[in-house]
Amino acid sequence: MAYVIEMLDITKSFPGVRANDGVTVQVEQGTIHALLGENGAGKSTLMSILFGLYQPDSGIIKVRGKAVRIANPNTANALGIGMVHQHFKLVHNFTVTENIILGLEPRAGLVIDRKGAARRVRELSDLYGLKVDPEARIEDISVGMQQRVEILKMLYRDAEILIFDEPTAVLTPQEIHELMGIMRRLVKEGKTILLITHKLKEIKAAADACTVLRRGRLIGTVPVAETSEQRMAEMMVGREVSFHVEKGDSRPGKVLLQVDRLNVRNPKGLLGVKDLSLEVRAGEILGICGIDGNGQTELVQAITGLAAVESGRILLDGEDIAGRSIKDRAQRGVGHIPEDRHKHGLILDFRLDENFVVHAYDREPFSRLGVLDFGRIRAHAERLIQEFDVRCGQGGATPARAMSGGNQQKAIVAREIDRSPEVLVVAQPTRGLDVGAIEYIHKRIVAERDKGKAILLVSMELDEILDVSDRIAVIYGGEIVGVVDAAATDENELGLMMAGCRTPAGREH
Amino acid sequence: MKHARSAILVPLAVILLGFALGAAVLVATGRSPVDMFYAMLQSVSGKNLRAGTFNPRYIGEFIVQSMPIMLTGLSVGFAFRTGLFNIGAEGQLMVGSIAAVAVGLWVQAPPVVHVVLVLAAAMLAGGIWGAIPGFLKARFNVHEVVVTIMLNYVALYLNNWAIVDIFKSVDRIKTEVIPETALLKSAALAGMTNGSRLNWGFVPVLLSILVYWFVIEKTTFGFSLRAVGFNKDGARFAGMKVNRNIVSSMIIAGAFAGLAGAVITVGTFSFGRALPAAEGYGFDGIAVALVGGNAAIGVLLSGLLFGMLKAAQPLMQSQGIPKEIASIIQASIVLFIAMKYGIEYLMRKLRFHKPAGAPEEVEP
Amino acid sequence: MSILLTMIPIALVYATPLVIAALGGLFSERSGIVNIALEGIMMIGGFTAASVTVVMEPNPMAAYYGILAGILAGVLFSLLHAFASINLKADQVVSGTALIILAGGVTVYLCQIFFDQQRTNAFTTGLSKVSVPGLANLPVLGTLLFKDVYPTSYAAFLLVLLTWFAVYKTPFGLRLRACGEHPQAAASMGVHVLGMRYTGVLLSGALAGLAGAAMVLTQDIQYTLGSIHGAGFIALACLIFGKWNPFGVLGAGLFFGLSQALSIYAKDIPFLQAVPQDFFFMLPYILTIVALVVFSGKSVGPKAAGELYDAGRR
Repeated sequence: MAYVIEMLDITKSFPGVRANDGVTVQVEQGTIHALLGENGAGKSTLMSILFGLYQPDSGIIKVRGKAVRIANPNTANALGIGMVHQHFKLVHNFTVTENIILGLEPRAGLVIDRKGAARRVRELSDLYGLKVDPEARIEDISVGMQQRVEILKMLYRDAEILIFDEPTAVLTPQEIHELMGIMRRLVKEGKTILLITHKLKEIKAAADACTVLRRGRLIGTVPVAETSEQRMAEMMVGREVSFHVEKGDSRPGKVLLQVDRLNVRNPKGLLGVKDLSLEVRAGEILGICGIDGNGQTELVQAITGLAAVESGRILLDGEDIAGRSIKDRAQRGVGHIPEDRHKHGLILDFRLDENFVVHAYDREPFSRLGVLDFGRIRAHAERLIQEFDVRCGQGGATPARAMSGGNQQKAIVAREIDRSPEVLVVAQPTRGLDVGAIEYIHKRIVAERDKGKAILLVSMELDEILDVSDRIAVIYGGEIVGVVDAAATDENELGLMMAGCRTPAGREH
Repeated sequence: MKHARSAILVPLAVILLGFALGAAVLVATGRSPVDMFYAMLQSVSGKNLRAGTFNPRYIGEFIVQSMPIMLTGLSVGFAFRTGLFNIGAEGQLMVGSIAAVAVGLWVQAPPVVHVVLVLAAAMLAGGIWGAIPGFLKARFNVHEVVVTIMLNYVALYLNNWAIVDIFKSVDRIKTEVIPETALLKSAALAGMTNGSRLNWGFVPVLLSILVYWFVIEKTTFGFSLRAVGFNKDGARFAGMKVNRNIVSSMIIAGAFAGLAGAVITVGTFSFGRALPAAEGYGFDGIAVALVGGNAAIGVLLSGLLFGMLKAAQPLMQSQGIPKEIASIIQASIVLFIAMKYGIEYLMRKLRFHKPAGAPEEVEP
Repeated sequence: MSILLTMIPIALVYATPLVIAALGGLFSERSGIVNIALEGIMMIGGFTAASVTVVMEPNPMAAYYGILAGILAGVLFSLLHAFASINLKADQVVSGTALIILAGGVTVYLCQIFFDQQRTNAFTTGLSKVSVPGLANLPVLGTLLFKDVYPTSYAAFLLVLLTWFAVYKTPFGLRLRACGEHPQAAASMGVHVLGMRYTGVLLSGALAGLAGAAMVLTQDIQYTLGSIHGAGFIALACLIFGKWNPFGVLGAGLFFGLSQALSIYAKDIPFLQAVPQDFFFMLPYILTIVALVVFSGKSVGPKAAGELYDAGRR
C-alpha cells in the first residue's frame, strides 16, 4: 500500500492538556480519509501539525515515504499539502481570480497577467468540476462557491493532498451534496483528501477510511464501507465515567419557558436555528446536547436577548419576551450563565465585587440616587464568596482577571443563582474546569431545580448532559432531532443523534 | 497593590525617558540641558537658583498654563475611559470659548452669577460639540477620530468668523474687553504673584477634577461607562445601553473641554481672540490624559508636569534654548506611552498565548 | 468667467500638495496602517526642503535638491510611525498624534538652531514655474494647464497615474491591498504582511515629505510653524472623500483646492460675496464629515486598517 501521508505516534501537548497522545494515522494515496471525533478529540490539532501550524512534541511525519519536518504552511505547500480552513481566508472585495492567484500572480512584464490567470482558473475549474465565476467578488457569491474558491486556491498551487476542516459546517444540504461530488472528482484526478468532521452521514457518503480520535487518543482506523454508523458513533463517544451528581427525581410543574417555532440568523446570515420548539418546566433540567456549531449558541443568545429573533416566540411563563431588551428579560426572571466567560460573563478589568453587581448596580440596595453604595456592594460580595466558596486573592477587591478560570466561573454562577431567576440558561458551564469545580456547579444547578426553577443546560459534554439533565434534547443543524428522558438513554444513542441520525423509534417526550 | 505600583512606575519611567531624550537633543545641538532644568525649576518655584532671586510671577504663570490642559486632559481621559479617542478637545474648547465671549459680552448679570453663566454656557457649547461625534459614532458607527479632527478645524474657522463678524472685533484679532463681572480675574491673586495672570480659574478646575473622580468612581453612570470602556460585550450582556453611554460620554468630555475654553478666555485673557491656528491644548490634553493614566489624580499631576513645560518655555528661550524642546519632550513621552501599551499587549499575548485549536486548559 | 481662469491655476497650486500627501495616505492605509501623521510628515518635508533650498541657493537646482531632501526626511520620519505601529503594535492614532506634535517641535527647534529664528530663512527663487513648449499655446487649456505651472503639479498628476497602476495592476498592489483588507488571508498565501506594511508607511512618508516640500516651495517663501496649516488633515479628507482611490483622491484634491482658491476670490464673485471667507475654509472639513456619514453603511476603507495584526491568530 502506498501511503502518501503517515503521521506516526504523534504527541502534542498544550499547557495542561494532551491534545494528541501517540496518534498514528496512515493515509493511502488517492483516497478520502476521514478524521472523526468530538470537540476536543484532537483532530484539528493533528491536521494543524500536518499543515505546519504546529510542531509535534514527538513522532514522525512522512510524506510519500520520506520523513519530513513541516515548519510552516509554506513548507506544507511546497510538499503539496493544502488546507481548506473552516473559517475562509478570502479577501471580501477581491474577485474569485484575485483571491486564487494572490501571492503567486502570473505576470506579463510589470503587470498581473489577468487573462492568463483567468484562463488557468477556468482550466482548473473545468478539470475538477468546481463551478465558479472568476470575475465575481467574494462578498457577492454564495458560501458554497466561496468554499470552491478555497479549494481552487490549493489546486492552483498544485496541492496533491487536501485537508478539509469541517467543510460542511457552513453549507446548505444542496451544497453539501455538491461538495461530496467535488471530492470524488478530485480523488478521481489523483488527489488525496483528509476530511475532518463529526458528521457520520457524510463519512458514510464520501469517505473510504475513517480514523476515530477520542480525547487525544487514537481509537482506531476503520474501512468506512464495512463499518456501521452505530459502530463509528460508539468509537467516537465511548464511555468515560467521571462521577455522578446526587439528585432525586424531578417534579416538573408548569411550563416556564416555551420556545415556539424559533428562527434565528447566525452572524454569517444563515439560519442558525430553524423552526425550533421546546419546553422547559419548573423544577426540571432540560439538557441541550450537540456538537458545537449546530445552533446552540444562537438558541441561547435568542432566549437571553443577545441575538435578534427572526421569527417565532419565546414565552417566559406565558409572556412573549422575544422583542424585549436584555435588561428587561433579566429583570423578568431570565438568568444566563454564558458560554464565553471572558467575553460576556465578566468584565475582566473590574473587581470581583463590581462584577457581582453588573445587573443590579443601578438599583437599591447597591446604589441610591445614582451614587454607588460600596459598603453594600462589598458586603454582598463577601456573602457570595462565602456561600459559593469562590477563591480570590483579595476578597471582593480581587481583579477578575487575576482569578483562575474555575473561580471566575464560580463567581458567575454565584451571581446568576443569587438573582434567583425563574428560568436559568446555562451554557457550557464547566468548560475547562477541574473536577471539584464541576461537581460543585452541578450540585448548585440541581439545587436550583429543586427550588422549582426551570433550567436549560447547554453543553457539549455528554457526561454532563446525561448526569445532570432530566430530559435531553439533541440539536443538530439548528433543529431538535430528538427529545429523550435522561434515565432512558445512553451516550451511543445520543452520539448518533448528535451526528445527525434521528432516533429510529422516535422516542419523544 | 502591584497594579497600583505599576500604574505609577510606568508613567514615571516614560517621563524620565522623554526628558532624557530632550537632554540628548540639546547636547547634540550644542545647548545645555542644565540650563533647561534651571529654567524649568524657576518656572515652578519662582526661584532663580543662579541669581538667587525669587519672583512669584513665575509660579502664577505656571498655574495659569496648567489649568486649561488639566481640563482638556479630563476631557480626553473621560472619553478614553469609555473606549473613545477624543482628539476633538481643541474644537470643543474653541466653541466653549465662543460661548463664553457671547455670554460675557451680551448678558448682564451680577458678579458671581455672571461668571457661573459664562462657565455653564461654555460647558454646554463644548458638550454639544462633543455630542456630534458621539452621536455619529453611536448611530452610524463613524469613527470618532476623523470626525473630531474635522470638527476641530470647523471650530477654528467658526471662532475666527465669530470674533470678526459676530463680536465685531475692531482689529480683527481680539474682541472688546469682556465686562469684569464675567471675568475670573482677580486683582488679589495677581498681586500675590507679582502681576501674573493667575485667576480664579483654579476653582472650576479643581472642582472638575473632583467631579471627574466622583462621577467615574462613585456613580452608577460612571460604573456603566467604565464597563462599556472595558468590555462592550460584557456590558451589553448585563443589559447596559452601550450606544447611549457613548453619546453621554462624549457630551461630558466636550463639556470639560468647553470649560477650558472659558477659563482661557475669561481667566487668562479677558477677551475673545481670533487664532491663526489651533493652539494645541487638545494635543496637550492627550498627553496629560495618557501620562495621567486617565485617572483624576493622574490628570492633576501630569497637568502640572506639562504645565511646567509650557510655562518654562519663555525662560528657556531667553537663555538660548529653543522653546520647542518642550514639544519634543512632550511628543516623545506620548510616543513612548503608545509604545508601552504596545509592549504590554505583546507581553500579555506571550504569557497567555493559547494557540487556536488547542482545547481549554484544565485547571490543576 | 475670467475669474475662473485666474482661479484654476491657483487651485492647482493648492491642490498639488493635497493630492500628493493623500496618495501617501492611500499607500499606508491600503497596507493596513492608519497614518494620521501626514500633517507632521509634511512639516518635516517642508522644513527640510526649505532649509536645503536656502542653503544651496543660488544653485539653479537648489529647489530640486530641497525636494529630494524633503522626500528623504519624510521617509526617515515615517520610520518612527512604522516601527511603533508595526513592530510594537502601538495604537496607530496615538502614535500618529505624537508624531504631529514632534514634527512641530523638531522643525522649529532646528530652525532656531540653524537660522537663529523660529522659521527658516527665505529662499530667493525657490521653485520656478515651467511651461510646456507647444502645448502652452493651446487656447484656454494652454494657459490653464501648460503655461507657468509648477513642476510639482505635473508630478502630482504623474503620481496619480503611477499609484493607480501600482495598486491595481501589479502583483505588489494586489498584495498590498490584501494586507489592508484581510492580513490573515494574505499571510496564508505567503505574502509578507509586515514587510508590505513597512513599505506602505515608508511610501506615505516619501509622498507626504514631497507634498510638504511642494507646499512650502510653491505657496510660501520660507518654512514656518504655520506653513502647512492643516493641509495634512485636508489630505486625509481627500483620501476619505476620494474613497481610497487615486482618481477619487485627485478629484477631491482639485475640489478642495478650488474651494481654497474660492476663499480668496469670493469677494469678486457676485453671489458668493456675502459668504464669509472662513466658511470656505470650513468646507473641506464639513464635506468630509458628511461623506463619512453617507459612506458609513458601505465600508469603503480598507477593512483591516487600524486593527492590530496578530500573526499568531488564525
